This record gives sequence, C-alpha cells and structure tokens, in this order.
Amino acid sequence: MIAELGHFALVLAFVMALAQSTIPFWGALRGDRQMAAVATPAALTQFLLVGIAFAALVHAYMVSDFSLLNVVENSHSQKPLLFKITGTWGNHEGSMLLWVLILALFGALVAAFGRNLPDKLKALVLSVQAWIASAFLLFILLTSNPFLRVNPPPIEGQDLNPVLQDIGLAIHPPLLYLGYVGCSISFAFAIAALIDGRIDAAWARWVRPWTLAAWMFLTLGIAMGSYWAYYELGWGGFWFWDPVENASLMPWLATTALLHSAIVMEKRDALKIWTVLLAILAFSLSLLGTFLVRSGVLTSVHAFASDPTRGVFILAILCLFIGGGLTMFAFRAGKLAPGGMFAPISREGALILNNLFLTVLAAVVLTGTLYPLVLEALTGTRISVGAPFFNLIFVPLAVPLLILVPFGPMLAWKRGDLRAASERLFFAFGAAILAGIVAAAIAGTANVLALFGVGLAFWLIVGALSELAFRAKIGGVRFGDSLRRLAGMPRSAIGTTLAHAGLGISVLGLVAATAWSSEDILTMKAGDSITVASRTVTLQGFLPREGPNYSETVVRFLVGEGGRTVVAMDPSKRFFPARQTQTTEAAIKTFWPSQLYISLGDITPDNSVTVRIYWKPLVTLIWLGAVVMAIGGLLSLSDRRLRVGAPRPARRAVTAPAE
Amino acid sequence: MRLRLGLGLVLLVLALSPAGAVNPDEMLKDPVLEARARSLSEQLRCMVCQNESIDASDASLAHDLRVLLRERIAAGDSDQQVLDFLVARYGEFILLKPRFNAHTALLWLAPGIVLVVGGAIVFGVLRRRRSGGQATRLTGEEEAALKHIMADDR
Repeated sequence: MIAELGHFALVLAFVMALAQSTIPFWGALRGDRQMAAVATPAALTQFLLVGIAFAALVHAYMVSDFSLLNVVENSHSQKPLLFKITGTWGNHEGSMLLWVLILALFGALVAAFGRNLPDKLKALVLSVQAWIASAFLLFILLTSNPFLRVNPPPIEGQDLNPVLQDIGLAIHPPLLYLGYVGCSISFAFAIAALIDGRIDAAWARWVRPWTLAAWMFLTLGIAMGSYWAYYELGWGGFWFWDPVENASLMPWLATTALLHSAIVMEKRDALKIWTVLLAILAFSLSLLGTFLVRSGVLTSVHAFASDPTRGVFILAILCLFIGGGLTMFAFRAGKLAPGGMFAPISREGALILNNLFLTVLAAVVLTGTLYPLVLEALTGTRISVGAPFFNLIFVPLAVPLLILVPFGPMLAWKRGDLRAASERLFFAFGAAILAGIVAAAIAGTANVLALFGVGLAFWLIVGALSELAFRAKIGGVRFGDSLRRLAGMPRSAIGTTLAHAGLGISVLGLVAATAWSSEDILTMKAGDSITVASRTVTLQGFLPREGPNYSETVVRFLVGEGGRTVVAMDPSKRFFPARQTQTTEAAIKTFWPSQLYISLGDITPDNSVTVRIYWKPLVTLIWLGAVVMAIGGLLSLSDRRLRVGAPRPARRAVTAPAE
Repeated sequence: MRLRLGLGLVLLVLALSPAGAVNPDEMLKDPVLEARARSLSEQLRCMVCQNESIDASDASLAHDLRVLLRERIAAGDSDQQVLDFLVARYGEFILLKPRFNAHTALLWLAPGIVLVVGGAIVFGVLRRRRSGGQATRLTGEEEAALKHIMADDR
C-alpha cells in the first residue's frame, strides 16, 4: 500500500513538473503575473511529492518489502538497518529517484528563498528546472520504476553488493548528486537569461551562491569518493582516472571556472557571454556524468546498473538539454552585450587565464574519457585510455594554473601591478623554496619533481595566506589593528584564502603520497614481523569472527614504536553468503598526517597470509585539503553580500539592451 | 539476455574483488628487474577488468599477464620489446597509454589544440578589452529600449 502511494506520488510529481514547465513559462513570456506565480507553489508541491515517493521507497527497504522487485534485487533482511536505508540508492532505480529528489529540492529552495528575484526571471528559472525534472521523472516512470511489484514475492532478497555495504554509500552519492544537480540551477538561470535576452551583474550575484553550493558538494563528494575507494578497494590508491571519477571531475573543473568567471561578471560586468556558456557547459558535463554512470555505457567499477534502453533514453535527455542549451546560446548570445574594459595584467586577466586552463583541463578529461567510446563506435578499434595517459597530460597542464593561483587575488581590478604583486608574494616564494629544501633533506633528491611539487604546495598555501596578511597589513600596523582588520574582512575574502590554501594542502598530500609511499608485499605467518617507516608490524594471529550478514577472518597485527606496542590493526577477509562474495577490509591507522595501511591477499591452509603493507606519508592531507576548500566555500556562501535572501544592492546594475 | 547479465555480474565481481594484486611468489628475484616489471605492469590493462591495470587487478588473466611479462623481462627483453610483444599478442587495447597513430592522433593533439585555440581567443579578448576607447555607444534604438526596460522594472 505504501509502495502504491509512493508510485502514485511519483506520477503526480511528473504531472506537477509538466504544469511547472509550461504555465509559468507562458506567463513569463506573456507578462501574465498570475500564471508566472504558479511556479513557486508548483515547485514546492513537486518537491513534496517526490519526497513522498522517496520516503515510500526508503520505507520499503527498511521493512524489507520483498514484493518490490527493486528491494528483492538489492536488499536482504539480515542487512544492518543503516545499509538497508543506504541501499535505497545503491542501485540504478533508487539512485535516479535520489537524483530527482535533489533536483526537486533545489527547485523548492529557489522557490522558497528566491523572493528577491524578479518575478519573470524566477518563473523562467523554475520552469526550465521543471523541464529537466519532467524528463527525468518520465525516465524513471518508463524505464527505471522502483515501485514495480513481483508476484509471488520471494522470501529473501538477493542482497546488496558487499562492496557497497559501507558508510561511504550513505554519504558519497548524495553529496555528489547535490553537486551535479546543483549545477542545474545555474543552467536554468543561464537559459532563463538567454530567453529573456538580458543579463547583468545582478544575475551573476544570484547565480553565484548556487554555483558555490554545487561546487562545495562536488568537492566534498569527490573527496569522499576518493577516500572510499582508498580504503575499500584495498591497494592504497586514491585516484584511478576511472571514467566514473572523471565524470565527477569534469563538472568540478567547470563549476570552478564558473565560480571565477561569475566574480568577473558580478564585479566588472564583463565575461557575460562566457559565463552563460560555462553555466550551460557545467550542467552538460553533470548530465554527461549521470549518463556515463547510469547508462552502463562504460563497464567500469561503478556501473552497477546496465540496460541499453535506459542508456538510449538518458542519451536522448542529454542531447535535448545540451543540444537545446547550446543552440539557444548560439542564437541568443549575440543579444548579450559585452561589458567593461581592463588591462591584460589585472584581476580580470588572471581570472580569464584561470578559466582558460580549467577549460583545457576539463577538455583533456573529456576527450580522454570519451575517446575510446567514440573510436570504438566509429571504427571498431578498441583502445584504452588510463592513468598513464592522464598523468602525462593533465598534470603538466595543471601546474601552470597552480603557479598562477596566488597572483590572482593580489592583482587589482582593471589594471594590476605585476611587480607589486610579486613583491607581496616574495615571502611565499621563499617558503616554497625552503619547503623544497626541507623535503630534499628528509626524502633525498632522487625525485626532483616531487620536491618541486612540495614547493608548489607551499607556494599555494603561503601565497593564499599572504593575501590575507597583506589585506590585514600584518607587520605594517600594530598587531591589534591587524587582527581588527582581519575580523572585519568580508567572509568571501577569507573563503577565497581558505579555498586556495586547501588546494595547496591537497597538492601536498597528493605529491607526498604519490612520490614517497612505501609498499611491502610479503607472505607472513603468526609471529613474523617487518619494519615499515621505523615501526615494527607484527602478525599476532588469526581470529574468526561473525558479522551481522557475513563471516570474517581477522588477521591481527601489532604495531610497535621503539619496542612498545602502540596499536593493533585488524584487516580482514569477509565472506557474504547471500551473494557468495568475498571482500577484503583493509586496516588503516593514522599517524597524523600519514597513514599505515594493511590489506590482505590469500590466506593459505597452512595459516600463512599474503600481506600488503603501505606507508602513505601525508596522505590524509589530500582529503583534508578538500574539506578546507569546502569550508572556504561555506564561508563565502555565508557572506551577507552573497546570501540568497540579502537585499539587492542600492545601486541598480545597468541592464543590457533587450532586443 | 540472461547470459549477458550473468557475464556482466561475473565481470563486475572480478572488477570489484578487492585487489592488491602482485603476489610474493610472482616477483622476480632481482629487485631492478622487478621494479621494471612493476612500472611496466602499471601501464598495461587487465583486459577482462574495468579500467584496471594488471598491477592492481586480482583477476587470473592479470596474474597470467604479470607472469608472462616477468618471463619476458627475465629472458632479457627491453621494456619496448615487452610492450611490442604484448601488443602483438593482445592488440593496442592492452596499453593504458595508447600509442600515437592515425587512430589516436586526435586524442593526443586535442589538449594542445584546445590550449592554442583557447589561448588565441583569450589573447584576442585581452587586446580588445585593453583598447579602451572602443566601447560601442548604444544606438538610439537601444537607448530607447534601455529606458523602456528600466521603466519596466520599476
């Protein structure tokens, strides 16, 4: 009964989305205020209805309702409750429903908090959003309905893939979807602006918080996914250039570019056309990501669903929105007038370079990901494009961008002084050199590139902090005054500093963990020990253990520092009878900020085991940096001037000519 | 259909089975040769897996390839000879970093093309924006439209 309610709510949500697509749109074009005003209640109702449908599905999972095919295929009555709930989106149908739920959530947020938007813009934005919602709701109802019944219902379900029975599944997909779908708002704003034929600095101000929110969620989602793969897959890697990872990296690069170009537009009324194009591209890449993952077109680690009819349907949605968006752009972009003037050496110039490099990086990832698919489709030739290719191309193109980052905030708008900026960065430059020398003293000079990488990381971190120090005039005025200046600084400025410093922290972790991690692969018996990073790791013994829906063999290791045992580590091999699957659970111990990582290979009958022990220096900084970046985004978002509900600036921005 | 689904599941399980692939018994005695084998195997795809190198994969094919690779190295092949041997046997698909040829030219050149074209556009924009005086004045028609909009907004 509850499942039928959910199903019914989903159908109603589709109808509501259709209404929201058309009535406010017509109203906005016709200047009919009443029709335009339908958008707000429609968006809220649509969210409510999708929410009911989603809650009904979660309920079915919680009570293990095996009369639903989707629950049968992906759940098991013995599974812990948390994984029953997260299992709701651990499969194709459920995760599409989550996608639409988040889409509806964003629509509802615009409806609820967009009070300061002009009525016409708001109506247009919400109806464009509803076009997307209608398409995906139709997709769910026709090809991926989670509410289909089976008769007779089986007694037990087939269980969720054990790899997915992890807290990571609770966090990673929702975060990533919040990021993907958050891009739909800036897309909707861009399309609305193109339809309306005008766009101004205020538009950028409205779009920026949404882009910022999407970017934060993408940052956290990608970092979370990376950490999940790191501890779950068991060989200590944190980025694999897997197509599915690339699918999330591309929108991240695009939203990062969009964030920066929207600043130029907001402050200087320039780069309008490009910003609108980026908003369209960012969402296109999000859709592409959804398509790549959901259609099963790549048989990759993440593709836990595949069915060609679905693929074709999503491809149609993809073509409709990307093609439609770009076509509209081609026809209407000419209506948007270019804005202010600036010298090449200026904040604007720096941000344009930032956009150039980010776009090139996104293009590298895009071609590398799609090239094998397209080549095979066209010629039948199969090639592989993997980590060695991406590392070779992506990294050298990312380095110049990273070198440029600290300069941007130091340059003035319109006309900057490169020399003055360089002088202000003198300290950061010294810190970078010093960091390189210290790293050489510790790790040796065998890997010169890694030493350069360490220097680059410190250049980013100290460079970001220098900007803050410069603004607070630290050293120039009394310390108390500096603190007061610091406290009075706009939060968005501090947000920028944190985001840039976070990037540096991540770079440091990436460089160190890539260049100086150690790996020991050996066969061990009880009592054997080995020295890793000046710690002794001793295999103490094997213990069988029963989990809620698995049985496991734990291999206990004792880690000693200076003859004293400091910690026990318990990697294990788990067997899940429901799916007849074995998984390996790595044991990870953080010796801040580095990690010791133990994972198991085969256990032989004579009680010896293949052991892989990794020492990953500074590895936690990779994800810590991402968290710092996201905090920077959050601070920026909380800036009063950017807050969605904040009053409009007293000085009205000049609008571009309409027709 | 059923069969394909079954095959898909098998592949999935293979791909998901947690790895850390190289086993102590596969390793070469000589650490220099072994290091060469490791770095080569990171560039080779485990062909039944999904985007995994044979260095990282637990699949039995990956195991066979690792052993084969080490046999070739022990027999005195250079890195290039090993790669040539494997490509001759399994095709270009095995290389995670494709070779430059007619089929992959665009892949290798695309980043450069985007960078050059993008750079040219940026250069053009910067030059145009600098020559400040050229801000086009609104036509009378546009001026009127602007007034109309401003009035409309109020």
